[in-house]
Amino acid sequence: MHIDKDLVAASATPLVLAILASGESYGYAILKRVRELSDGELDWTDGMLYPLLHRLSRLGYVTTEWRSPPEGRRRRYYAITDDGRAALAEHRRQWLTVTRALGDVLRGSSRLTLAVGMA
Amino acid sequence: MSAEATESQIAEWRTYVADAAAVNGHDVEELETHLRDQIAELNAAGLAADEAFLIAVKRMGDLDTLSREFAREHRGRLWKQLVLRSDDEAATAAAGWFEALVFALAAGLAIQVVRLSADFPDGAPSWLMRNLGLFVLPFLAGYFARRRQLEPRAWLVAAAPIAGLALAVNLFPYSVDSVTEVLVAVHLPVLLWFLVAYPYMRGSIGSHERRMDFVRFTGEWAIYYALIALGGGVLLGLTALILEPLGPNVAESVIEWVLPSGAAGAVIVAAWLVESKQRVVENMAPVLTTLFTPLFALMLPVAAVTYAVSGVAGDFDRELLGVFDALLVVVLGLVLYAMSAREPARPPGFMDHVQLVAIVSALALDLMVLGAMVARIGDLGFTPNRIAALGLNLVLLINLARTVWLSVGFLRGRLPFHRLERWQTSYLPVFALWVAIVVVGLPLMFAFN
Repeated sequence: MHIDKDLVAASATPLVLAILASGESYGYAILKRVRELSDGELDWTDGMLYPLLHRLSRLGYVTTEWRSPPEGRRRRYYAITDDGRAALAEHRRQWLTVTRALGDVLRGSSRLTLAVGMA
Repeated sequence: MSAEATESQIAEWRTYVADAAAVNGHDVEELETHLRDQIAELNAAGLAADEAFLIAVKRMGDLDTLSREFAREHRGRLWKQLVLRSDDEAATAAAGWFEALVFALAAGLAIQVVRLSADFPDGAPSWLMRNLGLFVLPFLAGYFARRRQLEPRAWLVAAAPIAGLALAVNLFPYSVDSVTEVLVAVHLPVLLWFLVAYPYMRGSIGSHERRMDFVRFTGEWAIYYALIALGGGVLLGLTALILEPLGPNVAESVIEWVLPSGAAGAVIVAAWLVESKQRVVENMAPVLTTLFTPLFALMLPVAAVTYAVSGVAGDFDRELLGVFDALLVVVLGLVLYAMSAREPARPPGFMDHVQLVAIVSALALDLMVLGAMVARIGDLGFTPNRIAALGLNLVLLINLARTVWLSVGFLRGRLPFHRLERWQTSYLPVFALWVAIVVVGLPLMFAFN
């Protein structure tokens, strides 16, 4: 299945925020988590995650810190802030509304399912 | 394939990534760690080293797209040598000198026509001073409208307020020796500068990022203009000395011809330089702020303490408020300049504290003077000059007070730097509005006296 580019882009911010809400993490691990959660269907171009993370940091949704564990590489860790949690809650509200509406309408009419599928 | 070969491949990849203008050293490191993680995982899954490298690089994404994404997020860094054109296309801007030249020549010619019809400097009619900005800055607006390839509709939106101002300023029946007319002469260029922002931002005046770009542009334009003025001054001085033997009037008339056109044309040329040769100034902006912020942070508290000890209530000039307006403008300029050159993600540092000291002292000074001033205005009454000075002072005071509040939050780690930036860019229209009130409102209020 190929997921539309716009849909991937729109879901990126809430996904990253939600993953960080369950604990701080670094780029590669976040990306792995996204793949796991979507059974590999949501396949981001790896590099694009970083400009997104930097934007979240500029907006104050996440804080960053370089850390080098005793074994392993030096990495930039990202942790969610209160502002980030607030933004996540807002995303959550919006997505719930969208998915509820979509779910209703897609279940309700098979003809419409076809139309939406083709769009 | 050996591990060394992979290492050299990674090194080569890193140089490519590091070449991108908007990707800095930390980003390269972050991306490289990611690449290595990916390679390690693929290796563990049984892939050969070179296969693992190829797949990891492919997953990372096309480098052009990647650097464009970084450029979008880190516009400030990109400022170094590139200008963001249209949507996301980064282009070197050395081209377009011909366009700049045409507009510069047009501005130079326009000012010459005006000068001859006003018989300047023998006669200096008040309409000349009042309209001075209108003879130059519309050319700058036109230059950007062309350069940003504005739609015909946007051309109209850009031109309408300028035309409206030109009409208003010239239809107002100012009285002889009108004070409001002088105020208009001083404020109109500033208002026109704000109107240049519309074509500069390609019409997207709501975008905070674009507004910050315009702030940057303003600061760097001022530097370039000052440099051109210095060079031009040397040139004219030498010319005058060389021509002196030919007679006293020769040099004088050459300067009369060259200076106005040069000053007008330099407005466009400086704008073009900012657009195309950013690298030079990019290095200058942080240096200038690091140099002058501590000096102001030193001078202002001393002045504030002196004032507090000696007491402002003493005899100070009635127009002293104008001086303090200038002081606050300079401090705000430093703040904006430092802000536009700053990497937003950097944690608070020493310079941020120094800057806070400077702002707080400027505010303390201003409040002392303002208090004394307001007490006096009760006795002396409102004049157009006093309203203009007082209004500007209040507008600046509100801005800086809130800046202090947000700065403290930022230094304590409670607020992201982004909030400070947002506050400044949101406040810009307030300045424009106040200047518009002075240009259009005050003459009406005071019956053009």
